[in-house]
Amino acid sequence: MYTLSNRLRLFSIILMVVGGIGLVSGFLTTPGTVEEVKEMMAAHDAHGGGHGESHAEESGHGNQNHGEAAADAHGGDEHYKHVLHQLQNKPWASLYVAAFFFFMIALGVLAFYAIQFAAQAGWSPVLFRVMEAITAYLVPGGIILFVILALSGFHVNHLFVWADPKVVEHDALIQGKSGWLNGTGFIIRAAIFLGGWLLYRHFAVKYSRLQDEDATGNKWYKKSFKISAGFLVFFIYTESMMSWDWIMSFDPHWFSTLFGWYVFASLFVSGITTIALITIYLKSKGYMEFVNNSHIHDLAKFMFGISIFWTYLWFSQFMLIWYSNIPEEVTYFITRIEDYKLPFFGMLAMNFIFPLLVLMNSDFKRVNWFVVMAGIVILCGHYIDVYNMVMPATVGESWFIGVSEISAVLLFLGLFLFVVFRALTKAPLLAKGNPYIEESKHFHY
Amino acid sequence: MASKVIHALYIDDDVLMDAVKKVRAEHYHIEEVFTPFPVHGLDKAMGLPHTRLAITSFMYGCVGLTVAILMMNFIMIEDWPQDIGGKPSFSYLENMPAFVPIMFELTVFFAAHLMVITFYMRSRLWPFKEAENPDLRTTDDHFLMEVDAGNHDVDTLTSLLSDTGAVEIKVIDKEEDNH
Repeated sequence: MYTLSNRLRLFSIILMVVGGIGLVSGFLTTPGTVEEVKEMMAAHDAHGGGHGESHAEESGHGNQNHGEAAADAHGGDEHYKHVLHQLQNKPWASLYVAAFFFFMIALGVLAFYAIQFAAQAGWSPVLFRVMEAITAYLVPGGIILFVILALSGFHVNHLFVWADPKVVEHDALIQGKSGWLNGTGFIIRAAIFLGGWLLYRHFAVKYSRLQDEDATGNKWYKKSFKISAGFLVFFIYTESMMSWDWIMSFDPHWFSTLFGWYVFASLFVSGITTIALITIYLKSKGYMEFVNNSHIHDLAKFMFGISIFWTYLWFSQFMLIWYSNIPEEVTYFITRIEDYKLPFFGMLAMNFIFPLLVLMNSDFKRVNWFVVMAGIVILCGHYIDVYNMVMPATVGESWFIGVSEISAVLLFLGLFLFVVFRALTKAPLLAKGNPYIEESKHFHY
Repeated sequence: MASKVIHALYIDDDVLMDAVKKVRAEHYHIEEVFTPFPVHGLDKAMGLPHTRLAITSFMYGCVGLTVAILMMNFIMIEDWPQDIGGKPSFSYLENMPAFVPIMFELTVFFAAHLMVITFYMRSRLWPFKEAENPDLRTTDDHFLMEVDAGNHDVDTLTSLLSDTGAVEIKVIDKEEDNH
């Protein structure tokens, strides 16, 4: 049995407290009036130059909010009002990015876990308890995300422009989509997605524990197999719709048909990386002696492979839009390349080039510190990936990694560590009832 | 000069694996093992060094990537400048997304084909090559271990081999060939 060390508990609580304080101060220090924005911008006049030109190209929020005013917006108060809205969005958006990022890690692990059952994989059962513990974060993480989504869907904050009735009034495109993009439908769908995932999580973990107690006839294992196969069907539809709702609708004019897959690749690789990191941490603390470096090797292969899969999808989306150069589509990437050059291209280096080169060699995949190093870079890269998907439509060119971004990450990191490691203490680290556990223990490559 | 080798035949891969380990533990030199199918872990048991094919594959991939870049740069930018996707920038870098599929394909093409050719050369396989395996049954259901008798006592070696479960043991005077 794993026991949560006081140091780790304290560490995660400190992270949460520091993150919480930082986030509150992020909310409190957002400018309230146009005058404050002017003062702030005078202080940072290095920024000033770029604002005027890029203003008109602003995709989501800007065009709809101030569509008619855009022509004479430059220089006038409209511009400052616009920046004010972006800065007011900023703490909300950073809260959203961090909440979604840690939630998607747990969701990726849940999908990976279900695949292990559905595929009757023989190598992975020694890692099941780690996976079950990570998915424990789905409960608090999902509830928090649901609250944020409900607030956004009913326009308490201004994250989703389609939730603003004043914007929709003047926007024929969003009006056409309002059958899907409306607060009520949004919340109902979120409840269905989260409900389904949590339901599977609940029963999968329950059956896994029961299988430990009574392995005769593999009764519980067979049930796990069935619900896992069913869940995967449910998941691939709901995950896709979730990505439209929760991410793609930030830019409601724009759409991409492979967006669901793209988000899936991101959450899958983040989840697998987290399994590897937590397993290596537990091994370093003397737990999980039954995990050998072939298991780590396999996880690292998945990290490598899914990183490349992510790049493949990213590029498939990018190249077609770049090539055809249709204004309504290409605006998505123009915003990102012009205003988000560093995170946009930096993310490619972190999510593709770095894991490609570091994890290519077979031997390096068995060296723990290589896997940890690659894993940390991959996780940071996928945080930036989510950041790039959310921020351009919510804060536009007024982005910077400031107190609220860092605090939101710390807050959810603390919560994540706290929930996951507490969940690890709830059951023995070896799922001893699993019929493939012996094969998994002797797994070697 | 003739050298003596002993051919021991086995009919099971697990028995063969144990035999290889025992013979190596007694410090005899195993020249070669002929099997009808790849036996997992046999290379490790025989103490063969790790393959360097992966390194060659990486290098061939780099060559393929370079060829693709130089080729596309010459064809699409220098020799006959193309207006790609309505963006007549005539710069390789700015048009790079259009070339990525070719860069990828040629990397894979070079890595795969040259790696296979390297593998054949390294294994001394080419068209019309005469088979090296000493016993036809190793292409069907038998496993053959070729042990170098050298200066060892042939009788102790044969008794060791029969203890390991060999179904047939032959002492062969082998003409020195030059492979």
